[in-house]
Amino acid sequence: MSNASTRNRGIPNPLAWIGAAALGLFGEIGRLAVFSARVKAAAFSPRWYIGQIWKQIVQIGFFSLPVVGMSAIFIGAALALNIYQGSGRFGAEQFVPNIVVLGITRELGATITALMLAGRVSAGISAEIGAMRVTEQIDALESLSASPYRYLYAPRFLAALIALPLLVLVADIIGVMGGWAVSVFGLGFDSTVYLRNTLDFVTRNDILTGLIKAVVFGAVIALMGCYQGDRSKAGATGVGRAATLSMVGAAVLVLASNYIMSTIFVEVGL
Amino acid sequence: MTTPILSLQNVEKRFGKNHVLRGVTLDVAPGESLVVIGGSGSGKSVMLKNALGLMTPDSGKILFNGEDVTQAKGKTRARMRERVGMLFQSGALFDSLTVWENVAFRLVNSGVVSRAKAKDRAIETLSKVRLGSDVADLYPAEISGGMQKRVSLARSIISKPDLIFFDEPTTGLDPITADAINDLIIEQVRGLGAATVTITHDMASARKIADEVAMLFEGEIIWRGKASDVDNSGNPYVDQFVHGRAEGPIQPAL
Ligand SMILES: Nc1ncnc2c1ncn2[C@@H]1O[C@H](COP(=O)(O)OP(=O)(O)OP(=O)(O)O)[C@@H](O)[C@H]1O
Ligand SMILES: [Mg+2]
Repeated sequence: MSNASTRNRGIPNPLAWIGAAALGLFGEIGRLAVFSARVKAAAFSPRWYIGQIWKQIVQIGFFSLPVVGMSAIFIGAALALNIYQGSGRFGAEQFVPNIVVLGITRELGATITALMLAGRVSAGISAEIGAMRVTEQIDALESLSASPYRYLYAPRFLAALIALPLLVLVADIIGVMGGWAVSVFGLGFDSTVYLRNTLDFVTRNDILTGLIKAVVFGAVIALMGCYQGDRSKAGATGVGRAATLSMVGAAVLVLASNYIMSTIFVEVGL
Repeated sequence: MTTPILSLQNVEKRFGKNHVLRGVTLDVAPGESLVVIGGSGSGKSVMLKNALGLMTPDSGKILFNGEDVTQAKGKTRARMRERVGMLFQSGALFDSLTVWENVAFRLVNSGVVSRAKAKDRAIETLSKVRLGSDVADLYPAEISGGMQKRVSLARSIISKPDLIFFDEPTTGLDPITADAINDLIIEQVRGLGAATVTITHDMASARKIADEVAMLFEGEIIWRGKASDVDNSGNPYVDQFVHGRAEGPIQPAL
């Protein structure tokens, strides 16, 4: 056994490599799952650090408004233009307001908001927590009888759960207004007709599905940020790497869970 | 014989291939001031973190007041941490909180003391480490490194713990402040009856504050004795360390 492994050293064995990669991936998923379970347990049982939760709502929610608003208005505007162009091919331009509001509420409002927050919030959380980890502040917290799960992670998790739906609601409204502005001022739509078509067409379920997605995205973003920060390796490179990993991880998980949720919503007829 | 307040029994800890602690056995009696010396990177800080449960040993046992806390979680761990203070080598102040909020963190967090009272206690404790009330409302980033160390020291003693770990309390301080810190440590032991484990490279400080000295080398405690015996320990490793010689059995890290 030891002979064989000595002889094979340096020659990559593809099966061994795939095996190691798979084990690594399962290990990572397992650790993330355990970490998430602990954060949720801390978040939904006393004691709550209300001051910390409020601070994080401001940090995650309020300070994300500019970036979310800007993204939403441009996405709504571009969407209206493209739908106008495409629907013109079979003379269906009048459906622009309907398709814009459908696309924004069911899909783009939530995903664009979450992707922007994967950068702004998830990476920010992991850089902050990572810096605390490597400067022993998390050890200090524990030594002073405070749980980092209750004091640091749960407040960020809860704040994201609360802030994301609110931000998505804002993104929905601003996104629709972006489409409205392009249609009215650029494509010759009548403002009143456009708005009436929008409001008549959109259903409660369209908005609700977007908000359900927002809650899930909020969980993903906060958990990924806290998880990578908590595991951060020492040094500026370690913290930088944690921020990158959490941003990429959160973005991919947002898009993957978005697809899964869309499938479920269609299946159950929401 | 009284039960040791802290007892490490054959504690081992490794990080991958790096076998840092290789069977550390060490007792700390209540009210005793123990100084631990040892080369840079020999595992002194790791030993304290294992004792406090911030790291879990790979094998061996840790007893606190006779109770096995090696794997302790929840209430048992919390009960232990309430009675133990720790000054981290890096200071480890919370940079999002002001100086007084750092010092009073344990009091405010425990919820039994009002914020106003906690602030008074913090300012009082800051004066023990020779810091004035003018620093109380500053953030850690706004004060010097030596001041941060003293704030951290104040944070570790504010709740009058039974056992205090000081990881290099005088490193980076001027000689006068360092001596004031020595006096403060002595006061914790003589005046308040706490047991202390102090890590230091400063032999003057060690001679002044220690009842006993222990030396950590290659992952084990290779010598332990009275502070007065440290100069004629008869142990070539201790001798070389205490006198700071490059020649001897310990090879300087290159
Ligand atoms: N979290 C960790 N992960 C991996 N290795 C670690 C970790 N903490 C410490 N080590 C390693 O353990 C060894 C001992 O480190 P430790 O900080 O205890 O040394 P020390 O005796 O306190 O040194 P110094 O006097 O310089 O503070 C070092 O080789 C260090 O690299
Ligand atoms: Mg150290």
